[in-house]
Amino acid sequence: MLLIQCPYCGPRPELEFAYGGQAHIARPLKPADLNDDEWAAFLYMRVNTKGVHAERWRHARGCNRFFNALRDTTTDHFLAVYKTGEARPALNTAGGHS
Amino acid sequence: MTQFRAAKGGRIDRSSAIEFEFDGQTYKAHPGDTLASALLANGVHLVGRSFKYHRPRGLLAAGAEEPNALVGVWRDSARYTPNLRATTVEIYPGLKAESQNRSPSLKFDRAGINGLFSRFIGAGFYYKTFMWPKTAWKSLYEPTIREAAGLGRAPTQADPDRYSNRHAHCDVLVVGAGAAGLSAARAAAAAGARVILCDEQAEMGGSLLSDVHTRINGLTASAWVASVLQELKANPRVTLLARTTAFGYFPHNHLGLNEKLTEHVAAPKPDQPRERLWQVRAAEVVLAMGAIERPLVFPGNDLPGILLADAARTYLQRYGVKVGSVVAVVTAHDSAYQTALDLHAAGVKIAVIADTRAEVSGDLAAQAWAAGIRIQHNSTVIGTRGKLRVTGIDLGQVSGSNVQPLESIACDTIIMSGGWTPSVHLHSQSRGKLVWDESLSAYIPGQTAERTRSVGSCRGIFGIAASLADGTKTGAEAAGTTSSITYEVEETRLANTGFIGALPQPGGKPGDKAFVDWQNDVTTKDLALAMREGFESVEHVKRYTTNGMATDQGKTSNMNALAFLAAGLDKPIPAVGLTTFRMPYTPVTFGSFAGYSRGELFDPVRRTAIHDWAQAQGAVFEDVGAWKRARYFPRGNEDMHAAVDRECVAVRQNCGIFDASTLGKIEVVGPDAATFLERLYVNSWANLKVGQSRYGILCREDGFVYDDGIIARLAEDRFHVTTTTGGAARVYAFMEDYLQTEWSDLSVWLTSISEQYSVIALQGPAARRVLEPLVTGVDVSAQALPHMGVVSGFICGIPMRLFRVSFTGELGFEINVPSDYGRAVWEAIYASGQPHGIVPYGTESMHVLRAEKGYIIVGQETDGTMTPDDVGLSWAIGKTKPDFVGKRSLARSSMHAKDRKQLVGLRTQDPKLVLEEGAQIVDSPGQKAPMRLIGHVTSSYHSAVLGHSIALAVVRGGRARVGQTLYVPMPTGDIPVIVTSTVFYDSEGAKLHG
Repeated sequence: MLLIQCPYCGPRPELEFAYGGQAHIARPLKPADLNDDEWAAFLYMRVNTKGVHAERWRHARGCNRFFNALRDTTTDHFLAVYKTGEARPALNTAGGHS
Repeated sequence: MTQFRAAKGGRIDRSSAIEFEFDGQTYKAHPGDTLASALLANGVHLVGRSFKYHRPRGLLAAGAEEPNALVGVWRDSARYTPNLRATTVEIYPGLKAESQNRSPSLKFDRAGINGLFSRFIGAGFYYKTFMWPKTAWKSLYEPTIREAAGLGRAPTQADPDRYSNRHAHCDVLVVGAGAAGLSAARAAAAAGARVILCDEQAEMGGSLLSDVHTRINGLTASAWVASVLQELKANPRVTLLARTTAFGYFPHNHLGLNEKLTEHVAAPKPDQPRERLWQVRAAEVVLAMGAIERPLVFPGNDLPGILLADAARTYLQRYGVKVGSVVAVVTAHDSAYQTALDLHAAGVKIAVIADTRAEVSGDLAAQAWAAGIRIQHNSTVIGTRGKLRVTGIDLGQVSGSNVQPLESIACDTIIMSGGWTPSVHLHSQSRGKLVWDESLSAYIPGQTAERTRSVGSCRGIFGIAASLADGTKTGAEAAGTTSSITYEVEETRLANTGFIGALPQPGGKPGDKAFVDWQNDVTTKDLALAMREGFESVEHVKRYTTNGMATDQGKTSNMNALAFLAAGLDKPIPAVGLTTFRMPYTPVTFGSFAGYSRGELFDPVRRTAIHDWAQAQGAVFEDVGAWKRARYFPRGNEDMHAAVDRECVAVRQNCGIFDASTLGKIEVVGPDAATFLERLYVNSWANLKVGQSRYGILCREDGFVYDDGIIARLAEDRFHVTTTTGGAARVYAFMEDYLQTEWSDLSVWLTSISEQYSVIALQGPAARRVLEPLVTGVDVSAQALPHMGVVSGFICGIPMRLFRVSFTGELGFEINVPSDYGRAVWEAIYASGQPHGIVPYGTESMHVLRAEKGYIIVGQETDGTMTPDDVGLSWAIGKTKPDFVGKRSLARSSMHAKDRKQLVGLRTQDPKLVLEEGAQIVDSPGQKAPMRLIGHVTSSYHSAVLGHSIALAVVRGGRARVGQTLYVPMPTGDIPVIVTSTVFYDSEGAKLHG
């Protein structure tokens, strides 16, 4: 079971969280201005990263807040967690254990 | 006792004799024995039949890696455990065990004839046979395979024992309490770390417990173990867990440990848990799992009486048991010499030491020479003799690539050693890399993926002194420090040699019945066949031959198979690859995983405040998610249909009361609450007046219906949103998602109030008369509280939110009161309704009543591909809104295609015929499969009020088909149906607005 650092509550077991999919996909402010292809890309197109993935988590059985995390999909190690709305943090290349 | 119990030695309690039973026969043992050692002490080697060929099998090992000796052990009929390894079953007085996979007896097994047919049931025979004739599958093949498949039998009664579960955190978790593990735990504890030390065996100490030669700090190995354990036990920061297997290494240093608590106890206390599952989150992990001796692969190597050399030493030194009278030793490693010398000293005759190596040097070989033991270099084994027990060994002489028969030597036991394979299982489970060490001919841990370190022989560090030093250094490191602890060790140094693969045979052929995997009956011939048939990937060969796929997961077989494959493919071993190590390291019971989650505690049950009342009234309940909901209230001998008919008629004629408390309820509050709902739901909300409610539809961003419910405006800034019962949690999460991550500009607060309110639906023409006398502060007249009106007031003095809404098409109210008062208010309404013929009704009648009105149920009429328009709800969409969730998707041209599936009603010609829900619909009769399916039935009931059956269905272009005849093809023939409107009852809505 993953150990996930909630930016509000601290480290908690994965059991308390709900996965929220890829992060930093903003809903278009005026969806009507998008053509079908652009709208389909927003709706359905997601990366399938091998390596560092920016993703959303919700502390569903805790503070119930969404936040973002950088997780290495090859190791499941969390490299950073940050609050919704904050920019994706730069990583030092060392990486390492969570 | 018997001639096989050594005169002295061992860690058994010779002062006490206990009796146990195996295959119905009573034997004697001592406390401290395992079932395996006790059987050997009684001269019993034959303990099982093999899986595929039913070959007689004996004990191969002394530990958890044992592939052959799988036994069933029981205390009573409810406590029967199959497939236990006899080597890990501790003896207690009265223990009852039986062998498996034999019929009628171990010595005579009918299916032993499989051995004669072995050339027809080699690798992949499942894939090649049973193909034809097709009809034979059901009558012949499947029953036969089912009879032959599986090992052991399942207990016939529910498990009466309790299984415990515990979470733990520590600084350092040490897995394995041999020399390396003990020294690591000691060093980490000395640094002040919180340490958990676990070991799968009853006694901690590992190989030190069967080592009578080594001295540590002047103490015998076992005395040193005792002193360290005493020291660790006295340390409050150290937890010692014996009989505890670390079976799984999960992400982020989360390990699963299975502790056996009562398996070894003759009469466990009834309140004592049988096993405990530990879930340990460790800051650092030290793996000290040791190494497993490798068998040698030669023809006939699976006869009872052929076992691993170190196992023989363990049986002698730890259990005081001699494995035989005349022992032949076959080895590629010095350690077997120590065993030979120990057995020799105990009075066992060593017939020969057949060494595969060209040269042997070192103290042990010299001692063997001195003891007069014959040593044969450049040896191989080309066959064995015997049927139920080995009686002789056929040696061969290797010279270059040439193998010549040498001689046949009589013996009753063969012990073998191919060297040692480090136990990298948990390191590999943790996704650490493995690297091939050419000098050790072994895979050892490489780069780690977790905060874990391997120590001692599981990383290829052999010898007591080296393991103690490695454990000390690494244990201290794991605790974030260095250690000054040192150990004075006197031991015999052994060269690290070994043999992997199959011993050379005359003519370079694989030889007959040279077993690589004992438990799954895989021979070198099977592996050779797989290679001839083109299998080269180790993963494919594994699955095709099933090598390493048995319950022992190839602990004794994987490396030999790999080397045999590499030799056959003419590739270096690391180029062949390696199969994946998976949890569990050894089998874990379902009871352990289930823990307390069984029976009533299996899953939480949600009950409404009115549940007990319904139960007392004889309601039949159904599960809706975790909720228990009253389905119908039978009277007398009524079946469900009779009860539902009566309930529906009563609601339409008089009045019914229904528990709707399970509805999801979310309070949306704040200055931007209306804006929030405006953006989320398809409807308009800005124009909803305080004191009014509206039917709302929620779509996903893809435009498909996600949920629905009534939304009431209690104040300018306060909405009471209801959701479907099943959608409550996900709609709340959906709302939070948009609020937190997309529309953080909105000032809105969401609160789930599902549990806080009981919802009592009061429906029917008499509803107002029933309700009126109970309420205060509200006018419930049609003028003051019209359909969809909402008002706050009191009922029986209890504050309520009163909705005038209807899911039946009748005059209806939904009374929301705090849950603590739900039962009391319910009973008051029920009493008030008595003169008006009130009946309680359940979810089944609710379904019929709403279907008569064509009201949809999300998840029944919709399936995640239906738009609001598909289910006839486009009227609800706020057409002038610039945006809402799903609007852009609904603008796609395909969302308006004429042939989309649309909700319609169906009538059958035969009024009694109720269609099956889920039945498919076609547009012409007599079609042959594959038919052109144009829709399916979503809801179907008998309507007592209408006197005929009704159905809702989704049909391609359905609304344009009203009046057409379509067909529902069933096994009994096509059922003609007429497409109708979705509203079967009171289409003008006169009753609703009454």
